Amino acid sequence: MSADNLPDDNLPVDDKTVHRIARLARIAVPDEEIASLGTELNAILGFIEQLSEVNTDDILPMTAVVETEIKRREDAVTDGGYVEDITANAPVSDDDYFAVPKVVE
Amino acid sequence: MSASKLTDLSLAAARDGLRQKDFTSEELTQAHIAAMEAGRKLNAVILETPEKALDMAKASDAKLSAGEGGALEGLPIGVKDLFCTKGVRATACSKILGDFTPTYESTVTQNLWDAGAVHLGKLNNDEFAMGSSNETSCFGPVINPWRSQASESQDTDLVPGGSSGGSSASVAAHIGVAATATDTGGSIRQPAAFTGTVGLKPTYGRCSRWGIVAFASSLDQAGPITRTVRDSAIMLGAMAGHDAKDTTSIDAPVPDYEAALGANLNGKKVGIPKEYRIDGMSGEIETLWQQGIDWLKDAGAEIVDVSLPHTKYALPAYYIIAPAEASSNLARYDGVRYGTRLEGENLLDMYEKTRGAGFGAEVRRRIMIGTYVLSAGYYDAYYLKALKVRRLIADDFKQAFEKCDVLLTPATPSSAFAIGENLDDPLAMYMNDVFTVTVNLAGLPGISVPAGLDSQGLPLGLQLIGQPFGEEALLGMAEKIEQAAGFDARPDIWWA
Repeated sequence: MSADNLPDDNLPVDDKTVHRIARLARIAVPDEEIASLGTELNAILGFIEQLSEVNTDDILPMTAVVETEIKRREDAVTDGGYVEDITANAPVSDDDYFAVPKVVE
Repeated sequence: MSASKLTDLSLAAARDGLRQKDFTSEELTQAHIAAMEAGRKLNAVILETPEKALDMAKASDAKLSAGEGGALEGLPIGVKDLFCTKGVRATACSKILGDFTPTYESTVTQNLWDAGAVHLGKLNNDEFAMGSSNETSCFGPVINPWRSQASESQDTDLVPGGSSGGSSASVAAHIGVAATATDTGGSIRQPAAFTGTVGLKPTYGRCSRWGIVAFASSLDQAGPITRTVRDSAIMLGAMAGHDAKDTTSIDAPVPDYEAALGANLNGKKVGIPKEYRIDGMSGEIETLWQQGIDWLKDAGAEIVDVSLPHTKYALPAYYIIAPAEASSNLARYDGVRYGTRLEGENLLDMYEKTRGAGFGAEVRRRIMIGTYVLSAGYYDAYYLKALKVRRLIADDFKQAFEKCDVLLTPATPSSAFAIGENLDDPLAMYMNDVFTVTVNLAGLPGISVPAGLDSQGLPLGLQLIGQPFGEEALLGMAEKIEQAAGFDARPDIWWA
């Protein structure tokens, strides 16, 4: 990659990055929206960039707000037996299975 | 009692009237169905369920006449469309869910039906609860029942706040006696402030999240929007409780919140966080805040200054954490198990087309931000950093609560704004939650109480923030603000 293609420090997201994120997120983005989406994402990333001012040395990441012990339960089947309910809202289902386009040749 | 008188009643007054047999639930429900139909211009209700409501009302009447019934027996309420309701369409106001009709009931709504509540209909919200104005809904915006009294803007439609805009507007317009709502960064409290209603976000874990469409699971919490603090206490009592189906729900008894009202504030300490006096804060908000301080002082509380030094980093941390969790939670909408599907050349193409067409602009933006901050090479710099800052924000509150029992802040930086005003600027829209988002990051309870009208005649709210599971103290203090403010203004009924 040449230096010209690297994202600007102030603008972390270029068109190529928008395409890459869209692919990772499995969202089709029309070509004509790529540039404006990049501008929006850069504005938001610029805003959250403020966090770099905060000294977080020796701070543990917070993953739960309420200190609780993880509950244990028997490893037993407690639910199920209603396939019709599970597939009731499927766009396409067949014989109690969700149907998708062919994935294996 | 005439229909309009019946819709005038608070939830508590309606409950008492039903118990005294002054009227029946069927009459009460009919009156609210009529208000719902007359209020269609507000677009607060996206699915009316009048037949279900009347069936439930008749069942309640049978119980009431036998001297039985739960805490909410016969009371007609609306349900935010984020709640899964068995046999009743739930879309989170996103095109991608199509006509999804849950085959199960969320725990919170099941608790409400078990308590005897009557289901009026499903309420509009921002798509997947992402928004602060209810303008991102695939059903279109909700219109705030309140309008400016300023002569040049009397006909301007205002937003009801968001994401629980249908909840706030329906309660303010007396369509339902109360509504369920959810709050991830301010989505109960900000719309309540914009509509002159009471919005309570409980402590994280107080209400089960099971069956509520997930946005950011470590922040989401259900709560009520009502017209009075007493109504809020009654609703929370019915909604809250432990649920084995949500491992983050707390296994602690649900207190009698209504009994916490009428508390004596003598000796209670109210903290005023100096960092909430933000740059460019309007004079009206400052005055309102000072008014709130004076009211609580007059009620016997002691005022103490406190500091929450990391406040300014709450919104940036939120806009990493919430989108990160959303990008993961919303991965399930792929056109396979539910919702709409767009056909593609192969599986990947189908996913991309389905999600490209199904998600609105704001949801797409947040999923992409979330995907980016979680992607290889950026995870530590953004996501992990935000989780560390989140701890600092939570620690700020812990330290402040060593000096006080509750905190008093404004609920929002402004009153309701015009539809379309902030649509082109996501960051300006995000600023709406500047006073509320810290509370979600720390998992604390918060309540927004109507405290007055601004110079345009629009409602403004004050926010009280409590310690974990301190809802009783919060409600007792909120009631004092309610009493001192004597807020009894109502919007003119221009929509019927």
